[in-house]
Amino acid sequence: MSKAGPVATGREQRVLEIIETARSKRARFRDKQITLAHGAGGKATQTLIEGLLVPAFASDGTGALPALADAGAIEVGATRLAMTSDSFVVKPLRFPGGSIGELAVNGTVNDLAMAGARPLALTVSMILEEGLDSDVLRAEVQAIAAAAATAGVEIVGGDTKVVERGAADGMYLCTTGVGEVDPRAQLATDGIRPGDQILVSGPIGEHGTAIMLARNQFDLDASIESDTCSLWPAADALLEEAGAGLHCMRDATRGGVASVLNELARASGVAFVVREADVPVSPIVAAAAELLGIDPMYVANEGRLVAFVAPEAADAALGALRQVSGCERAAAIGEVRREPPGMVLVHTAFGGRRVMDQLVGDPLPRIC
Amino acid sequence: MKFVDEYRDAELGQVLAGEILAELDPGRHYKLMEICGGHTHSIYKYGIDDLLPANVELVHGPGCPVCVIPMGRVDDGIAVAHNDGVIFTCFGDMLRVPGSEYTLLDAKAQGADVRMVYSPLDALRIARENPEREVVFFAIGFETTAPSTALTLKRAKAEGITNFSCVCNHVTIVPPMRALLESPDLRLDGFIGPGHVCTVVGARPFQFIPADYGRPVVISGFEPLDILQSILMILRQLRAGRCEVENQYPRVVPQEGNLRALEVMAEVFELRPHFEWRGLGFISQSALRLSEAYREFDAEERFEVPGVRVADPKACQCGEVLKGVIKPWECKVFGTACTPEHAIGTCMVSPEGACAAYYNFGRFAREREAV
Repeated sequence: MSKAGPVATGREQRVLEIIETARSKRARFRDKQITLAHGAGGKATQTLIEGLLVPAFASDGTGALPALADAGAIEVGATRLAMTSDSFVVKPLRFPGGSIGELAVNGTVNDLAMAGARPLALTVSMILEEGLDSDVLRAEVQAIAAAAATAGVEIVGGDTKVVERGAADGMYLCTTGVGEVDPRAQLATDGIRPGDQILVSGPIGEHGTAIMLARNQFDLDASIESDTCSLWPAADALLEEAGAGLHCMRDATRGGVASVLNELARASGVAFVVREADVPVSPIVAAAAELLGIDPMYVANEGRLVAFVAPEAADAALGALRQVSGCERAAAIGEVRREPPGMVLVHTAFGGRRVMDQLVGDPLPRIC
Repeated sequence: MKFVDEYRDAELGQVLAGEILAELDPGRHYKLMEICGGHTHSIYKYGIDDLLPANVELVHGPGCPVCVIPMGRVDDGIAVAHNDGVIFTCFGDMLRVPGSEYTLLDAKAQGADVRMVYSPLDALRIARENPEREVVFFAIGFETTAPSTALTLKRAKAEGITNFSCVCNHVTIVPPMRALLESPDLRLDGFIGPGHVCTVVGARPFQFIPADYGRPVVISGFEPLDILQSILMILRQLRAGRCEVENQYPRVVPQEGNLRALEVMAEVFELRPHFEWRGLGFISQSALRLSEAYREFDAEERFEVPGVRVADPKACQCGEVLKGVIKPWECKVFGTACTPEHAIGTCMVSPEGACAAYYNFGRFAREREAV
């Protein structure tokens, strides 16, 4: 970071303004082909969504969706329903702490829960590769049933397709979920206000680290388990304790906590200041990340949420969250400020400050 | 983490920051260059810049091995990767470096079998496991990574593995440093020396900087306390009117370097007559290729490569930015033709490059007094 003096000269100011204008424009999708970066949850994903999907699907024709939420809401009579859909393509299919079937239930349940909706029912579509071992499928079907029972949702329908060998990696799952928006919930992606406290529901980076190690690329043995779980109990506790003081929740899946924070800072037009020393990271994840050259803030979670709570409700909300099983190590990691809008700043544990930016695609380890 | 956290102690950091402040001439502006990209990364990651007084400025040097690879070499790698049956391996951060048309990640999306490895030995293992495929390692890096490539090739030769080869882009740090220092408009007061490179080559190769160019060098470790201490040591030299190479990192860097590593490198590599650097142009004797004895492992001999030089756009002023002559925003293409999404020069390619950092965080730097 170059150190700038207190006053921008004319030309520097103009250059900064050009950059600002370019950044505030909605992203245009101009890539010639899809790469893995488009699925990584960073800038490339955002370009795809904002530049291609939103303009095509916006219901008022202006290309403006109210917010890029994972779940949408629909009114049916007096009931507000939330609806969402998610696909699961994990490799390997089974990993310490979970499997693709469990992820497929929890992922969709969590998108509903983050919209303040009590999950009710799911449909499950399976795309199976020719030659898939029936025992593998049987195990995943059981995993789906068990996770649904734990999360209190019914599986009410689905679909099965088989594709030729080589056209899928074992199996892919898609789940669609419906939930009832809780009357206590007054959540909005752009509802975050200066002064809000930022909470996370537990140690971060465990799912992504478990997957990386399960791929056996690194000859590293460590007992790290995926954090996959339903986040409805955590959401329920926060809604009960903070009510209207709970402004926004998001599960920090692909791209990790850093990507979610960047997305929400932009959506709400506020700045976040994160205290690195307060972010819970288990020692084993920290050590693996150190060895692999990756920042846990960008590593995927499947059972961790980030919540934004009004300052007067924050302490009680954190206390309630810590009562929920699996959230004992929940923590307040920072707060919301007015300036500079759209940015996520970090007070490093070493005592400096820096910007925590959004990645373009997957985190790539550095050579030196 | 034991033996790591000790070097990241925030209280000691504050103590060093205070000592740095006490060492300064308040009326003077200090420009120090950290040569190595690893230092740039640490400075960014720990927010070290933020602990320094406003009149101490850090300039990011040419030592990011990924950013200095010119577009033509990336194109060569992509051409090799597109050969039928080739498994193309490289380090992770190389995947996103733009060639003239696209990146290795794009080549992968088009069907090339491109795989990320952590070590050239992983690439050799892939070759061993896939005897019917040609496995190519895209070797990059300074003297830090060159020994591991050399050892891998020695092992390949000893095991008689014939389906393995290497696109050698290894570079050496002294020639680009000399090129920078030769510049008449250089405005740098001292250098944070590249600790990992010195682990291999020792401290001696940097003696020319104080001897010929009158600038102090402190060879530095990569933890935040290492870097702050190195800055303090440079400032002390400046204040005392001393000018020498000092070693802040003796726990890793021996004065004479690693003789075994140097021996292996001398066996496997030879100097190229010249090599092109992104943003800096051609620098003679600045890179390595495989020696006669290892020519059989040279992917440039085994596969057809375009070998076309793709000129950096004329307006790109990375060289001036690296020398500290101009600020990123003073470059003619900054923020218009050259952005992080479509980088032209080396300083914009890496997120930690001077231009990318300014593009992303310049406004924050402006406003941080208010934050």
